[in-house]
Parts: sequence; C-alpha cells; structure tokens
Amino acid sequence: MAVTKPDAKDEAGLDAGTLRELYRNMLRSRLLDERMWVLNRQGRAPFWISGMGHEAVQVAFGMNLRPGYDWIAPYYRDLALTLVLGMTPKDHLLSVLARADDPNSGGRQMPAHYGCHRLNIISTGSPVGTQLLHAAGLALASRMRGEDAVAFTSIGEGGTSEGDFHEALNFAATHRLAVLFVVENNGYAISVPWEKQMPTPDVADRATAYGIPGVVVDGGDAMACYRVAREATERARRGEGPTLVEAKVLRLTSHSSDDDQRRYRSLEVLEEEKQRDGVLRFRAQLEELGVLKPGDAEEMRAELVRELDRALDEAEAAPQPDPDTVLRHVYAEDR
Amino acid sequence: MAQKTYLEAIRDGIREEMERDERVMILGEDVGAKGGVFGVTDGLQKQFGEWRVLDSPLAESCIVGVAIGAALNGMRPIAEIQFQDFIMPAVDQIISEAAKMRYRSNGDWGVPMVVRAPFGGGVHGALYHSQSIEAIFCHIPGLRVVVPSSPYDAKGMIIGALRDPDPVLYFEHKRAYRAIKGEVPDGEYTVPLDTANVVRSGDDIAVFTYGMMVHTALEAAERIAADGFECEVIDLRALRPLDRGAIVSSARKCGKVLVLQEANLAVSVASEVSAIIAEECFEHLDAPVMRLGGPEIPAMPYAPPLEHAYLITAEKVDKALRELAAY
Repeated sequence: MAVTKPDAKDEAGLDAGTLRELYRNMLRSRLLDERMWVLNRQGRAPFWISGMGHEAVQVAFGMNLRPGYDWIAPYYRDLALTLVLGMTPKDHLLSVLARADDPNSGGRQMPAHYGCHRLNIISTGSPVGTQLLHAAGLALASRMRGEDAVAFTSIGEGGTSEGDFHEALNFAATHRLAVLFVVENNGYAISVPWEKQMPTPDVADRATAYGIPGVVVDGGDAMACYRVAREATERARRGEGPTLVEAKVLRLTSHSSDDDQRRYRSLEVLEEEKQRDGVLRFRAQLEELGVLKPGDAEEMRAELVRELDRALDEAEAAPQPDPDTVLRHVYAEDR
Repeated sequence: MAQKTYLEAIRDGIREEMERDERVMILGEDVGAKGGVFGVTDGLQKQFGEWRVLDSPLAESCIVGVAIGAALNGMRPIAEIQFQDFIMPAVDQIISEAAKMRYRSNGDWGVPMVVRAPFGGGVHGALYHSQSIEAIFCHIPGLRVVVPSSPYDAKGMIIGALRDPDPVLYFEHKRAYRAIKGEVPDGEYTVPLDTANVVRSGDDIAVFTYGMMVHTALEAAERIAADGFECEVIDLRALRPLDRGAIVSSARKCGKVLVLQEANLAVSVASEVSAIIAEECFEHLDAPVMRLGGPEIPAMPYAPPLEHAYLITAEKVDKALRELAAY
C-alpha cells in the first residue's frame, strides 16, 4: 500500500524564508507559463505545453536538489523545476521563440523539451518514458564513482503505462540507486482519464512490487510536497535507494496549445479545479500564517513581471538560428 | 604475432581498454559469471568486478537506456544485446534517444556508448537467432554502424568504438566467433570506424561485402581466379558512414560490380552501395550492378535444407561472378 502523508501544515518545520522562496518559485513559473500561452494565442509562438497546476511538487524537489551536482532527467511539464535549478525565463522564451541561443536545444526542439548542460539537466526528447532509464544510468555512474549525487526523473501518470517505467524502477530498485522517481499525476493522458489507463488509482502502489517506498502527496500542498521531497532526496543521498513519489496534481490547461480539453472534460470540473489551484492555496496559507504580509504577494508579482518583460524583450531581439547550421552536431565535431 | 579467434580478439580489445580506462563498463544479459552466451566476456567480471561487468535484467530497453544515462554521466558503457534479433525493444532508446542526443542538444550532450550484438545465420538459430538487421540502423544519422570480419579488425574496431564520442553499433557475426582465426597484435591499436578495407586486389570485378560474406567472397574469388578473372574484394566494415571514396575507386577500376550480403536486399546496405555506384560511376561501368543477398522472407528457417536455401554460399557467389564476367 502506498503511504499517504498527512497534511503537513503544522509539521513541515519550514522557516519563513524557505516558505517565501517556495511561493516565489511557484509564482515565477506560473507567470512565465501564462505568458507562453499569450504568445501562442497571439501567434508569436507556434506551440506551448504547460506545467500549470504542477508547480508545487517541482519547486519542492528543485529546492532540495544540488544544481549542477545532482542529475535531472525531466519531462515536458517541468518548467518550474528548471527555473528553481537555475534556468531563467529568458532561457525558455528563447526556446518558445526558437532562437539560436536557446540553451535547451538552440531552437532545434519543440519548446518544453528541457536540457541544460551546466545544470546537469540532460536533453529530453518527445518519446514518453525513455528518460527514466537514463536517470537509472546517471545514478549508476555516480554510484560507481562513489559520489552521493542523486538523479531526479519525472513523468506523467500517462507515461507510467510505458514499459520503460517498469524497467527503470526495476533496475534502480534492484541496485538501490539514488533515483527520485516523481510521477506528476494529473489524471489525464491527453484526453484519456486515469480510469482507462490503469486499474487502480495510485501509481505509488506499484512501489511495493519493487520493494521501495511509494508515497502519495497532494501536489497542491506545497509544504507537504517539500517535506516529501526532502525525505526522498535525503534517503537517496544516504544510499538507501530510490523512492516513487506520486503527486496528485491538476492539469489547469489543455494538454498543449494544440488541444482543447473542453471537448472531453466537463466545464464544471474545470471550474472547480481552478478553485483548488495550488498557487492560490499556498498564497492564502502563507497569508494566514503571516509569512506573506498584505501587499507582499502583489509586490512579488510586480517584480517577477518586470523580470519577465525584460526577458521577453531580450528573447525577441535575439537572432534565429543560421540555416547553415542545420547540418551541425550530428556527430562530435571535436573528434 | 599471436593467432587469435575473432571472439578472443574482441575480448582482448575490451579487456585491454578496461584496463586502460576505468570509465569502460559492460552491461548485458549473462555477461558476468557466465561470460556471455558465446563467451565474449568470459573472465571479465572476475577481473573487473560486478559493477563494471554488470549482469542486467532481461530487458533490452533497460540495457541501452541505462547505458545512455551512464554515458551522459561520464562512463564509456558497452551495452551487450544477446542476439541482434532481440534488439527491437531497445530501438526506441537507440534511434530516438542515443542517435539524436547530440543533434537535439545543439552539441551539448553526446552518448559515447557501444552497443554490441551478434548477428547472422548458419548456426541453426532459426528465425530469432540468425537475423541480419543492421540496415535498420544504417538509415539513422547520428549512429555509427560497424561489422568487423577479421580478428585484427575486431580488436582494433572495438577499441576504436570505445574511444568514439558517439554511439557505435558494433555487430559481430556469430559464425565468425570461433571459425575465423587470424593474427592479432598484442597491445593497443585502433582501426578507423569509417574506412573500407581492400582484402583482395583485382581489376575485373569489384565485390563489396561485409561480415562472414567477406570470407565467402574470398573463397569464390579464388575459384574464378583459376579461370583468369581477378576479383577485388572490398570489406566494407564501416556500414555507416560508408567509405564512399573506396567504393567509387574500386567500382571505377573494375567496371563490374557485385554487392554481396547475408541480409535481404530491399532497402539495405547493398541498396545504398549500389546507389552510390549508380550516382558516381555510371560512365565507368561495363555491366549493370549486380546484387546478391538473402531472400525476401521474414528470417532464416530452422530445418537444414531451408536454412541452406537461405544462405549465400561460395557456389552462389561463384555463379554470380561468372555471370558478371560473361556480360
């Protein structure tokens, strides 16, 4: 059975600074994500695929990882995670506008195919689930060198139907590798609800079969996510092996900019989910706790919007890739 | 120089490189205590330990996917697939991931990984232990595909593959493992992964081939030499990229061409070699390019008469050469 963590409000043991940082990271990702949709709807960006509703668990893990030391094999909804680790709104705007200086891929891949060499975020492609095995290999190499680096990898619940999901958990658990498997379960594989993907509601239950902890956490509860992330990361770093974390998150947008979820989900449910938005919930929680004073959230937002505006101006002014570079980097150039 | 089998030459190359470079490791089914189903990795786990010679679960995508991750984190892994026939579950990892990693990251990430697998028939392996499906990978930019035919090349190319910064598919003809012996130098040397090798000189017919078919071609070439026709036999050995210069040079010199392989012909290595010759040697040809390969059936059957009917024998090659000679 998966272990369901109790509400963590009173036991998170987080100081005000950490709580503010959590919120700021979530808001920063949300504002950038919203701007991506605007650019898409304005016809300035051909494609966007969102992480709205997934921010809390990503930020929680990001704040517990060591950027540039730990290894990251993310998936396409991990915008917030990459920002916490050190990527910038400008990096991702360069990507969504397919500019030459995009650090993810130099404008070669669709947006949200994350990768950043200096931060050990490996390049990710579009096939679903392959990255979990890469994470196992990343952790294997660290282990063989005697390092205590951990490998974070994530996937939607849709991807857990892939064979690579099983193969990666099986391998990492067999060798007690330091892999954090994070399932961001938003209940939908594009249009297919979880009931048609799997026989039981909790992906974390499957951890039992691999003899590792399986943890379900409310992906809208930032403090609970932080505590689970800290525990799983510390466990992995101590050499005690992988953890399967399942965050129940909301998909507050359609699958991608090419999808319209109103065709297959009820408007009532979509409206109700907006009310459960983790960013709003966390703000209310922090205001209640006095961590955010009146006006703090607005001030934070204004500062982040200024950063975003600057980043967009710079990204739009950046050059597109030179067509003469299309043949480069098929094989290593410094042989 | 010592006489070694093809199998011993591969193992020597791996062992020596593992001694020199602690990043080199092997991951695959039964590679440890058993030393692999053919014995290629025999003794290596004892020498290098259970991490560097790691018995994997029975899961090909896992073997290659984990090797990719290890390669991204500084290792030089060999992913051993027990038979080329069983590589299919790993094709997503090889083609969608390893082959595209460098391109899609704009040069930031590379996958220095070697995927080894035995291929080829004639060992009573039936449909799923006899295939020659290298052409699937030869289509894919970002991959290197090599097939050594001699013990000398087997050692030099495995070392070369392990030092290459990109993913290399290194296919071993399983019938060559113990049947082919040759001189192998002690110590370190590499054979390039992008050059063909002229193994017999002649100026009447150019025979382009690879793997065990190199030996079949040499046997047939000796037969027809008795009748005054000299074949040039070119061991392609690098299937991607092909050595375009060597192909064009021998085809122009001889004017007649046989392209020979164990795999079936449609959309294959022989197709590509023929296309290069058609593009670059048209005015030098004295006969249409001839191809000889396996039949268009799903794979090699088990019963000896059926298996024999599939295989390209020296008799079949000899017949094709005589047709070309008479053209």
